[in-house]
Amino acid sequence: MLFQPINRNYHDFSIVRDKDACINCKVCIRQCAYEAHYWDESRQKVMHDNAKCVGCHRCEALCPTSALLIQKKQSDFKDNALWKPEFIKYIYKQADTGGVLLTGMGSPVGNIPVYWDKLLLDASQVTNPSIDPLREPMELKTFLGAKPVKLEFTKTKDGSPKLKTKLSPNIELNYPLMFSAMSFGSINFNLHVAMARAATELGICYNTGEGGLHKTLYQYGKNTIVQVASGRFGVHRDFLNAGAGIEIKVGQGAKPGIGGHLPGEKINEMVSVTRMVPLGSDAISPAPHHDIYSIEDLHQLIFALKEASEYRVPVSVKIAAVHNVAAIASGIVRAGADIVAIDGMRGGTGAAPGMIRDNVGIPIELALAQVDQRLRDEGIRNRASIVAAGGIRCSADVVKAIALGADAVYFATAALLAVGCTLCGKCYTGKCPWGIATNDAKLAKRQNPDVAAKKMVNLVHAWGHEIEEMLGGMGLNSIESLRGNRDKLRAVGLSDTEMDILGVKHAGR
Amino acid sequence: MKRVYPNKDYCIGCHICELACITAHSKSKDLILAYTVERTGEGLSSCKRVHEGGPTCVALSCRHCDEPACVAACISGALQKDPESGRTTYDREKCVGCWSCLMACPFGAIARHPLENKIVKCDLCFDRPGGPACVAACPNQALKQEER
Ligand code: SF4
Ligand code: SF4
Ligand code: SF4
Ligand code: SF4
Repeated sequence: MLFQPINRNYHDFSIVRDKDACINCKVCIRQCAYEAHYWDESRQKVMHDNAKCVGCHRCEALCPTSALLIQKKQSDFKDNALWKPEFIKYIYKQADTGGVLLTGMGSPVGNIPVYWDKLLLDASQVTNPSIDPLREPMELKTFLGAKPVKLEFTKTKDGSPKLKTKLSPNIELNYPLMFSAMSFGSINFNLHVAMARAATELGICYNTGEGGLHKTLYQYGKNTIVQVASGRFGVHRDFLNAGAGIEIKVGQGAKPGIGGHLPGEKINEMVSVTRMVPLGSDAISPAPHHDIYSIEDLHQLIFALKEASEYRVPVSVKIAAVHNVAAIASGIVRAGADIVAIDGMRGGTGAAPGMIRDNVGIPIELALAQVDQRLRDEGIRNRASIVAAGGIRCSADVVKAIALGADAVYFATAALLAVGCTLCGKCYTGKCPWGIATNDAKLAKRQNPDVAAKKMVNLVHAWGHEIEEMLGGMGLNSIESLRGNRDKLRAVGLSDTEMDILGVKHAGR
Repeated sequence: MKRVYPNKDYCIGCHICELACITAHSKSKDLILAYTVERTGEGLSSCKRVHEGGPTCVALSCRHCDEPACVAACISGALQKDPESGRTTYDREKCVGCWSCLMACPFGAIARHPLENKIVKCDLCFDRPGGPACVAACPNQALKQEER
């Protein structure tokens, strides 16, 4: 084509339109947020520009005649073991722009093992009976927060025992699952409504993320964890007292070491009021909390928040899974956190530099196993619950995470997939075609909270049933009996070091 | 009575309801034929229209009013209120194409047939087993058939 940059045609996707099926109804034109489809006046038909397609599949999903196919563009560079096509394209892109490569959701790097896939679960045979969850009770209820070392009782007048030990505040969950932090602003109001309603219906929690909590959502407080991050957006006394727990976000798995960045385009009236930032200005969280430079500082912040909430709710500290995560987690527990949330490198994000997303941090499986082990070894495991996050894809991942030592898991990418996300990774553009990571009025209404909440509820119900089945198969009737029970796990194809870190035996042993 | 209510907050302006309406009222009951052959050849058109203004859209069709202005205005008796179902019915044979109803309808829910001296108006898909086609096809539940 004429007048275009030389690398324009090295695009990622091709739009294939079935000529017999396409009726030129223009549904695809209206749906594409990137204007890849257009009406050609002279040809009197719908045409497209492949270079603009980001591969979100929105048009394909809504085309009423199934005339569309979004394909990876097949033409490719000469095979090269080192220079994979994405690296070549990165260079072309950066040579044009001179900028950092931005990305959103997803985890395209293929050569770091997904340990979930290398772990297998046990099932009972002959010597111990398996349990049928449809016929027998099965307990998934989970409590997050500090647990007492021992329980002391006194006798009342009539001789019945009464608990003397003062229990720490805990968050009660009907499933060992929570929607992880996605700030209001990074995703829009409709989805915050949907998550709040879904969490309430399910008896679990969702996390506000670092952007505050919209006034109308305070009613769902019992099922809300409010987050305090380095930017302190939307943090005030009412906010801290609105939820069932408070979380200090130190790090995020997708971008350890850097703060959040919400571009000004996404800051509309509602977001601006909730975040307490000016309309249209970029909301940039500093990389560190400027009041946390040590474990002692963290201790102060934890107790400042506990004071502010009158010790009614547990305080969680969320960190990205990085080197020495076990020692850091130990410090966090000793600093007084009731929950430690660890976010693995495959966690989602609305915007992160690609290099950081794909190269910084460690997989959650390794971090989780090490943190659980370390806290046990130090005899402080009861002082905090562990929540694993970052790359939980299915109920089996949940079961494996719990067997590796988690009390519960956070999941967000899966919840967004449930409402249509196809992981096109264009969250940072503010033009999410599925109406998720966008505050554009025209796009955001693609998420009807009634529909979205129902889908999230369905997903959790489905996972719940599957978790019960897997537990029953292992002869367990409560999720408590699985926690840190690594004997229920076996590895396939892992090295001795990896198995040592995970604390599991090889399959066959 | 159960009516079809649009929700402007979640209507995404995809116009899929219009396609569903066309298909439901086509001879072929096949979207591709209905849209390409019957629409262009016979003027088959949707009883539902999606109206857009800025980011807002809403899909409008006959409200089947309790006291329909169109029935009062109709000079030939083609438009009637069916006391049993509550629908505002249209008898194509009786319609003389005077457009009185078009001007009377406060919702602008009646349209001219593109080729003939007839009108196009929602019949609530009364003979469709699955109920209103537009409601079934809307991808965002922006149309609901319910009692209010
Ligand atoms: S939505 Fe499908 S049928 Fe309609 S114009 Fe696009 S490709 Fe053609
Ligand atoms: S960007 Fe999405 S909606 Fe647009 S053409 Fe590509 S897949 Fe379709
Ligand atoms: S199908 Fe639903 S969302 Fe689409 S235009 Fe019609 S009413 Fe609106
Ligand atoms: S109810 Fe039936 S006739 Fe009325 S607008 Fe919907 S599809 Fe068309």
